[in-house]
Amino acid sequence: MSLNTGAVFSPLSFELPKTPTGIDGLDEITRGGLPKGRPTLICGGAGCGKTLFSIEFLVRGALDHGEPGVFMAFEEKADEIAMNVASLGFDLNDLQAKRLIKLDHVHIERSEIQETGEYDLDGLFIRLGYAIDSIGAKRVVLDTIENLFGSLNDQGILRAELRRLFDWLKEKKVTTIITGEKGEGLLTRHGLEEYVSDCVILLDHRVNNQISTRLLRIVKYRGSTHGTNEYPFLIDEEGISVLPITSLTLDHPVSSERLPSGISALDKMLDGQGFYKGSSILISGTAGTGKTSVACSFANMVCQRSERCLYFAFEESPQQIIRNMKSIGLDLQSHVDRGLLLFRASRPTLNGLEMHLVAIHKLVQEFNPSVVVLDPITNLITVGAVSEVKSMLIRLIDFLQTRQITVMFTALALNNVINEQTDEGVSSLVDAWLLIKDIELNGERNRGLYVMKSRGMKHSNQVREFVISDKGLDLVDVYLGPDGVVTGSAREAFQLQEVTGVALRDHAQNRKDREIERKRLVLASKIASLEEEFNTIQDELNRSFDEDKLRKEILEKTREQITRNRHNE
Amino acid sequence: MSESAIPPPTESDGDSQFFVLSLYITGASHHSARAITNLNHICETYLPGQYSLEVIDVYQQKEIAQQEQLFALPLLIKRLPLPERRLIGDLSDTRQVLKGLGLLPDLE
Repeated sequence: MSLNTGAVFSPLSFELPKTPTGIDGLDEITRGGLPKGRPTLICGGAGCGKTLFSIEFLVRGALDHGEPGVFMAFEEKADEIAMNVASLGFDLNDLQAKRLIKLDHVHIERSEIQETGEYDLDGLFIRLGYAIDSIGAKRVVLDTIENLFGSLNDQGILRAELRRLFDWLKEKKVTTIITGEKGEGLLTRHGLEEYVSDCVILLDHRVNNQISTRLLRIVKYRGSTHGTNEYPFLIDEEGISVLPITSLTLDHPVSSERLPSGISALDKMLDGQGFYKGSSILISGTAGTGKTSVACSFANMVCQRSERCLYFAFEESPQQIIRNMKSIGLDLQSHVDRGLLLFRASRPTLNGLEMHLVAIHKLVQEFNPSVVVLDPITNLITVGAVSEVKSMLIRLIDFLQTRQITVMFTALALNNVINEQTDEGVSSLVDAWLLIKDIELNGERNRGLYVMKSRGMKHSNQVREFVISDKGLDLVDVYLGPDGVVTGSAREAFQLQEVTGVALRDHAQNRKDREIERKRLVLASKIASLEEEFNTIQDELNRSFDEDKLRKEILEKTREQITRNRHNE
Repeated sequence: MSESAIPPPTESDGDSQFFVLSLYITGASHHSARAITNLNHICETYLPGQYSLEVIDVYQQKEIAQQEQLFALPLLIKRLPLPERRLIGDLSDTRQVLKGLGLLPDLE
């Protein structure tokens, strides 16, 4: 080791050079791709997608990363491979013509071969070396080199030569994928994992309850951290997508922007503005309570705002939904025509849960909606246990929230007790939970809507009667009668009674007002007469006072006169 | 195995067949050198005047590795008489070589 050993192995500065595979999701799990210039073993049972995986690695390298590749096939013929992958949109013949990919089929006819002494695999080295040099390849796939074990008797030579081959490939600085068939108790039938020690990826194809799931696991990745879980992957017309689901960090951005629900009375219950953008909403209720109608009016509102909505229907076909929603005055077809609303209907049993998740993932990335609706999630139970459905939904919510996509689930509540909801246990995950409940009274069933929770906003704690009419959905205040909540026709009767009451009250009020007026008049006249009385008394008093004064003056005068008269005597 | 155990074919059944042989080698490796020596010895012993031999160094013509479906070397291809046979290895096992060339009936 050189002097800067410490620096090289310091965990912060050392980064193993990696070659991006270009396969959706795999580069995230491996934190950048396969080890650059080293061999990687991909193993798995028959039909698990090894060949496809390695072809996609080459094609993506050639097209997206400017790295030509050599495909050496020990099983299938070159033209067969080209034909097989054409269904994924890979035109290998065209890529060969452009000298971006070179296919070479190593044909071994066991019956023609006789071993007569010591040999080596120089022929293979020369052949591969020539292919690599002729197109300047940076990537190599050996599919499935273990076939040599079936063709040659001398296992000792073969093992030594394979070891030499992998060393030689490292020297050539090509990133290599070696595929291997899964063996008994071993990763590969002939223990190739002994030679390829840098990176080992295991593919699996599992069938549970008649539903198949493809899974990928990184068994080993020397010198690099990597996701260790089993990741589901999907093979479809665009190649392979792996779903990375480890990064469940709770640090997605939040928005305080609001989205109206499409039912103005519901918005009023939710602080007057509706749901938060990027939140998750659960609508649960018993059968036939109008969950789909709520979801559709939300979708309708989103499209009216010229935003995109992706609607996954697990129960009804799109045509059926569109027809049914017409009856409550929602024209969804026009949104579909404008490309704002996209329905994707599938039976839950079509795929395993993970596949559903991958499919949703892919479609969301393609369509880029602002709202996703899943109707209903209850049906997913048919393909997985409750805990699995829950974990899938957690990952889905997580994925959508990092993209600021609002998601609405509908769920069938199997029993009617509010506290014992069976809605796949997601009620604790979601940001808003609306519960629609049947209220049975007087031989009628009516719907009551509750806002069970709504994070981060003031919301109504009241039950509203949920009315579906041909004009759409509306919420009406429920009435509290002597026996509790009153809905439906009982509520209407109650309303009528109330109107009568008001009229009677008004009448009574008028009578009382007139009486008071009369009393006021009587009082006023009484006050007037008292005032008159007072004035009279006052006048009388004044008069006697004046008289007294006059008398006093006259008396004084008289006394003075008398006194004067006396002196003059 | 001792070569004396296998008698050279008699003149009567040998002259009807002419052998066209190609030997693919890799430069001057040990295996290649041994293969040439062994083949010359076998041909001179069992096929005197009855064969044509072409020795090809794959290093000199790398593209033929793919054309001729080469992987293990040295390789001796018996092109004629038909059927074509491929013998890999340094040809040190004379019994196997003769078997491959069809000079020894598959009794075992």
